[in-house]
Amino acid sequence: MSEICNCVLEQEQALAKIGIDTALLEPVLKQYAPVKGSLITILQHAQDIYGYLPVELLNYISLKTGIKPAKILGVATFYAQFRLEPIGKYLVMVCQGTACHVNGSEAIQAAVCEYLGIKDGQTTSDGLFSIKSVACLGCCSLSPVMMINGEAYGTLTPAKATGILADIKAKEAQGR
Amino acid sequence: MKLIIGKGSCGIAAGADKVSDAAEKYIAENGFNISTGVTGCIGMCYLEPIVDVYKDNGEKTTYVKVTADSVKEIIDAELEGKTAEKYLIPQEDKESLAGQTRIALRNCGLINPESIDEYMAKGGYKAIEKCVKTLKPEEVIEIIKTSGLAGRGGAGFPTWFKWNAARSAPGNKKYTICNADEGDPGAFMDRAVIEGDPNSVIEGMLVGAYAMGSDEGVVYVRAEYPLAIKRLANAINQAREKGMLGKNIFGTGFNFDIRIKAGAGAFVCGEETALIASIEGERGMPRLKPPFPAQKGFWQKPSNINNVETYANVPWIILNGGEKFAAMGTPDSKGTKVFALTGKIKKGGLVEIPMGATINSVIFGVGGGIKNDRKVKAVQMGGPSGGCIPAELFDTLIDYKKLGATGAIMGSGGMVVMDETTCMVDMARFFLDFTCKESCGKCIHCRVGTKRMLEILTRITEGKGKDGDIELLENLANEIKSSALCGLGQTAPNPVLTTLRYFRNEYEDHIYNHKCTAHQCKALVTYSIDAEKCKGCTLCARNCPAGAISGSVKNPHVIDATKCVKCGKCASVCKFGAVVVD
Repeated sequence: MSEICNCVLEQEQALAKIGIDTALLEPVLKQYAPVKGSLITILQHAQDIYGYLPVELLNYISLKTGIKPAKILGVATFYAQFRLEPIGKYLVMVCQGTACHVNGSEAIQAAVCEYLGIKDGQTTSDGLFSIKSVACLGCCSLSPVMMINGEAYGTLTPAKATGILADIKAKEAQGR
Repeated sequence: MKLIIGKGSCGIAAGADKVSDAAEKYIAENGFNISTGVTGCIGMCYLEPIVDVYKDNGEKTTYVKVTADSVKEIIDAELEGKTAEKYLIPQEDKESLAGQTRIALRNCGLINPESIDEYMAKGGYKAIEKCVKTLKPEEVIEIIKTSGLAGRGGAGFPTWFKWNAARSAPGNKKYTICNADEGDPGAFMDRAVIEGDPNSVIEGMLVGAYAMGSDEGVVYVRAEYPLAIKRLANAINQAREKGMLGKNIFGTGFNFDIRIKAGAGAFVCGEETALIASIEGERGMPRLKPPFPAQKGFWQKPSNINNVETYANVPWIILNGGEKFAAMGTPDSKGTKVFALTGKIKKGGLVEIPMGATINSVIFGVGGGIKNDRKVKAVQMGGPSGGCIPAELFDTLIDYKKLGATGAIMGSGGMVVMDETTCMVDMARFFLDFTCKESCGKCIHCRVGTKRMLEILTRITEGKGKDGDIELLENLANEIKSSALCGLGQTAPNPVLTTLRYFRNEYEDHIYNHKCTAHQCKALVTYSIDAEKCKGCTLCARNCPAGAISGSVKNPHVIDATKCVKCGKCASVCKFGAVVVD
């Protein structure tokens, strides 16, 4: 088709090289690209599909929607939800909300980082775990809390937190 | 017989899914004639998972802290016509629940949030029916005015005034927006309302839309609340099927529909102009007011933004009358307020009480007092925009003006309780760290000012505080308060100003005496071993990661302060209380 310019193809090829199949995003773009004000929604769907938002993908979305790349990058870096780097299979979100802080979340964070041998925001070399401290998960009455892939674990102690990670590690080791 | 399992986020985190899986399996294996269902959060998060058993005659028995094993015992006992005494809800908790006045939470924990029929069976959608069939929009606004309902998101602005402004604004296209971007750390009232009773929010928006002449609604929900989004989406679909949303509602020609916009994680989006920018797909940055959203809001059209709890109160007010709502509370603050009680409190959870109660009655009444019976120090209200109220002022009435006079704010309802082990300088640092990260960066006072304040607070907690730091903090705080662009910046210094006002001695202790009396600031804490108490068990030495403890078996040990990393492990493992923390 003549209306697809070379740059779209180039971007698709560049994305294919990093394992991103743009065909998966087509239904999202079809539904939301014509709707004014849908940039955040498009980025949320894209992240759900690919796990993260590489810059090449942001450029691709720009070409398909006509929104300037600078604006897309601006939005993608403004909101805490979006990440431009891939994450591990398990995203460990350690809550640092007020209630969790008062009940010792710093010790939980330290224990989790020590156990996995990485810092906040990093991913383990085996690609299994990423750690991210978050402001509040809204489970304050169970503080301190962490959430792993959407599942909340409450009333933690450093030992309990590392125990949960050990269980996941063991399960993964068995699965292989 | 019916088994209803509490499945708010808190219940699920406490293991409600495991309980329901076990119950369903047990029922299926034995072919029992028992149905199961879900409900939202009743507010007693400290007792989760909670299971209600309804006998065929409607009689209800509540069981608490249920596990996958105990649920079987409960089923067995109930089938024999008995109760499983061990797991029954304690009498005092039952009474504490009965002692609350539930309006916004009227259905939470009682009905299935995934069923519009259960909401309608409780009188749901009767308020909007009454409005569209018997009341003029002006009359609806008049009822809300009589009720004295004020915005529950924190600022406490009269709801009727905003509705009236949006109604009076010229134009045919108007938007009704619900702010469910509950970003305040330590608050979860809105999550519980949407998870437990999403239809009440939809109906509140319908009433507001009718009053303002709006046909389109948006609910802006935090992406961190996946369950709330799921239940709200489900409720919107069911409401459309029933004709409560869509065209020609109740055959009256009134049209209104709602869509959900998931936020992407930015505290500043709780500010209404930032929220509008975010719904439009932009970076969530606030702008100057006026024009107010009621004149120029979403897509430059008149828009009204209310908080979840505000909308949830509306149907009750329409059905029961503004006078009945206004009869509760104080001259300045009407009705009830939902609070999320957390921190060093025995019974953390949600409570709804009439305005005008004392802080004491909430913390020591419904909240059951302080964890481990320690001495209470303060309560933090209003999150990063609020302040710490010291224990001496706990007889303050819960009222917008009275709380404001303490330097804190009513806020959206987060109440974080602190005891003697909480360092107030560290708390101030914690909040500044939060606002500094969440500052959108648009105005310099907030962007740079919060950063400088955070630096000063950090050095004080690290034992590097200097003479003059307190005065510098005060100066900066007042500058930022008076010159920041939006509510986030203007209120960011509040946690510092209130802790300086009530706990100045703690700041001075940190700076001049190098002491943190709460023992929270590592740099200012020292560990030593009381030779008389030490039995020489070697446990501390074996656990010390820095090899800082020496001593032989059965002889008192010694900590080498130069090697000590202050991790506190020795104190936590010592069985004789011989490790002295100072």
